[in-house]
Amino acid sequence: MYAQMVDTGVKAVKALAEMSPEEQAFQARIDADVKIEPKEWMPEAYRKTLIRQISQHAHSEIVGMLPEGNWITRAPTLKRKAILMAKVQDEGGHGLYLYSAAETLGVSRDQMVEDLHAGRAKYSSIFNYPTLTWADIGTIGWLVDGAAIMNQIPLCRCSYGPYARAMVRICKEESFHQRQGYDIVMTLARGTDEQKAMAQDSLDRWWWPSLMMFGPPDAASVHSAQSAAWKIKILSNDELRQRFVDQTVPQADYLGLTIPDPDLRWNAERHHYDFGAIDWDEFHDVIKGNGPCNRDRMRTRVRAWEDGAWVREAAMAHAHKHSRRLR
Amino acid sequence: MKSEWPLWEIFIRSQHGLAHRHVGSLHAADAEMAIKNARDVYTRRNEGVSIWAVRSADVVASAPGDREPLFEPANSKVYRHPTFFPMPDEVKHL
Repeated sequence: MYAQMVDTGVKAVKALAEMSPEEQAFQARIDADVKIEPKEWMPEAYRKTLIRQISQHAHSEIVGMLPEGNWITRAPTLKRKAILMAKVQDEGGHGLYLYSAAETLGVSRDQMVEDLHAGRAKYSSIFNYPTLTWADIGTIGWLVDGAAIMNQIPLCRCSYGPYARAMVRICKEESFHQRQGYDIVMTLARGTDEQKAMAQDSLDRWWWPSLMMFGPPDAASVHSAQSAAWKIKILSNDELRQRFVDQTVPQADYLGLTIPDPDLRWNAERHHYDFGAIDWDEFHDVIKGNGPCNRDRMRTRVRAWEDGAWVREAAMAHAHKHSRRLR
Repeated sequence: MKSEWPLWEIFIRSQHGLAHRHVGSLHAADAEMAIKNARDVYTRRNEGVSIWAVRSADVVASAPGDREPLFEPANSKVYRHPTFFPMPDEVKHL
């Protein structure tokens, strides 16, 4: 997902009896669905895990602006260009809501940016794939934002107040992203043979990376178990992935596009679609930094940050000078 | 690094004459930039008709640990609620 394989720093989920009285009281509040707020006592591992998860989510929103920004100057019409700019601006906004939520846990904005640029913090694997054609802008909205919504709606109920509130705000806006994407793909699918082929090619390239967004199967993961106990992960990776497939296949059928999976079929007993094996080697390779665009994305981010340094400093200098004059 | 912009808390009044409500926070070098950034970050879809920006460092908050002693005095004063006084059914407009 936007936050993949978040390390909780724990080796086993503690039983209630093993917890300190403070930890017990904390877990009891989470079990009773009481929201945890910034200045309250929380286990150090909960705080650190949330910083990792929320900052990774924020970084994904910010890096996610790059593949789409690539098409702003080449959008096919002025209307599509205005819509795409609004969408990319939303992604920037989502990153800002999430950075603010993470800052309530005591980490600074600059520290998070530094962690991303130094490669210590991750962002979603999906944004390391290139946007080769205009159809990719449609497919990203349809599949990538569709997958994001799937993950983010349950997170509106997560245990940490500022994160849950940021998610509510983001989910309200995300639905526009998915629809504008589907609208682009639908227009191409109803167009000339060449346009339809462009839509199909895009689906072929983005389908599997989209399924990988949900992260590896997590049945046996101690981090997933701990995050579930803390209610910062509400549904498992596999549950979310299945929901996504079930929701998306009929949408592709409607467009007359083919999902690039020969093993995909409806399972009447399970009432779900069965689907083929995911290439986890590719996923781990992308996570390690060897996807098609990892280096390019980081180079662009770092350059933007460094080139903007003088603006940030000048604004502070101006503010200082002005406040001195007022005194 | 040393030039991180200060944090501001943002409050927005929505269309319908309600009170300003806390919507989140953001970084800005000064008050003017805080209002402009708040416009871009928190009102992209006409969410508001007015913005307040307050330096986060200037917010005074009660400590979560003081919750019980701070709010306890109200607990015993249930007679402050109208439902404390049962009224006969046949008496109207009370």
